Amino acid sequence: MMRRVAVTGLGLVTPVGSGTREEPWQGPWKALLEGKSGARRIDERFDVSDLACKIGAPVPREGDLAFNADDWVPPKEQRRMEDFIIFGMGAAEMALADSGLPLDTEEQKERTGVLIGSGIGGLDGIAQTTQLMNEKGPRKVSPFFIPSCLINLASGQVSMKHGLKGPNHSVVTACATGVHAIGDAARLIAFGDADAMVAGGTESSICRIGYAGFLACKALTTGFNDNPEAASRPYDKDRDGFLMGEGAGIIVLEEMEQAKARGAKIYGEVIGYGLSGDAYHVTAPAEDGNGGYRAMEMAMKRAGVAASDIGYVNAHGTSTPLGDEAELRAVERLFGSDADGLVMSSTKSSVGHLLGAAGAIEAIYSLLAMHDGICPATLNLDNPSVETPINLAAKEPVEKQVDCVLSNSFGFGGTNASVIMRKV
Amino acid sequence: MSDIEARVQKITVEHLDVDAAKVEPKASFIDDLGADSLDIVELVMAFEEEFDIEIPDDAAETIQTVGDAINFIKERQS
Repeated sequence: MMRRVAVTGLGLVTPVGSGTREEPWQGPWKALLEGKSGARRIDERFDVSDLACKIGAPVPREGDLAFNADDWVPPKEQRRMEDFIIFGMGAAEMALADSGLPLDTEEQKERTGVLIGSGIGGLDGIAQTTQLMNEKGPRKVSPFFIPSCLINLASGQVSMKHGLKGPNHSVVTACATGVHAIGDAARLIAFGDADAMVAGGTESSICRIGYAGFLACKALTTGFNDNPEAASRPYDKDRDGFLMGEGAGIIVLEEMEQAKARGAKIYGEVIGYGLSGDAYHVTAPAEDGNGGYRAMEMAMKRAGVAASDIGYVNAHGTSTPLGDEAELRAVERLFGSDADGLVMSSTKSSVGHLLGAAGAIEAIYSLLAMHDGICPATLNLDNPSVETPINLAAKEPVEKQVDCVLSNSFGFGGTNASVIMRKV
Repeated sequence: MSDIEARVQKITVEHLDVDAAKVEPKASFIDDLGADSLDIVELVMAFEEEFDIEIPDDAAETIQTVGDAINFIKERQS
């Protein structure tokens, strides 16, 4: 008998704001619902003069809802971690504070694990250190270079900070990372390998080599450098590629009976998880959306729900010409007549594409849509490129009581993941 | 305190995030100042940079205390 898995804590570090220990998600969620955009010029971050894309959605470091690294990691330690680890440390601590998960005894610590993934981890650190080595020689490479860049060090650092001695694991599946992390962590609890897991994704790839690489793949938006907030426009006929975001989404998963017994606040239950491969192309999605279709279908079968039970879909919808329509057609095909009335939106229109963190923050948005009875909007959707019976929540959130949500994430390499959660 | 001692102290304080008062010649980097093996590698690199010297790995292994570092640097610079 598989054990049931509850979500009891959330933490957000996003381009439209970050949470705190007291309010781990409220600020950034409100900003999302208000239609805020995290898009801006990134000239201050690095030289963009020779890059075709000069915009991104960085995590604000000053002003309202700013992320202050010093709040989460001592300055001395920050030099030994790339930003993706620092974002993950912040979001994990928010989620743990939100959950009130008891970690007093040795047994509680040994039964709590960490599974945080990232798409490309310390990409900027690898690039900078390579340059340093080439200019000044290998003896100038810091002993902290490798542990500051390794993807599983987000899980490692979180475990050390909070004394979490259960399974310590990580996921690297490009833009599907966040969903895979949550789905796999939920299974560790369902199987009895842990009673609680800190799970999600984190990413910090807004750097020159990241832009150069994604631009070479023709994946980034290039036509909106003078109007950044209009750049991320999923399903719109003028979309021309994704807007790079950064940040972290981390949740606390907990065995259902333990969560209920201690009176924890339960945001939802993870009831379905589906995974598939396209076996088609390194960067392009299969045009018929078959991989995504099968991931969603598997998740629904596992969850034991019908399409008519699902009230909101947080789409992968990256604002790329091929991907958006492939996913939309797959959802239409899977939902059949139930597509009429379904609300599906892409929150990447606000925060951009957080790559390995995307699936995790979007799972959080899906839970909050259920929590507050409101589905966030797809910004900039002026002229849909295709007709659909699905309500894409164009430009405005849709108020709707939702009891069951589905979130999709698809990644380079043709990897697809879907997670289904329901109200408890 | 000599110029070398002051500079060694400053670098040690910056890298190990400890009180300057604790960084005295007999203080052990590991036992008294909370450094681990990676911290020591980083510290030695910082001394090399600051004093424009090379500290070979076998010599680095003999640097256990703040005084060891000061003495090594003094010898190299004299």
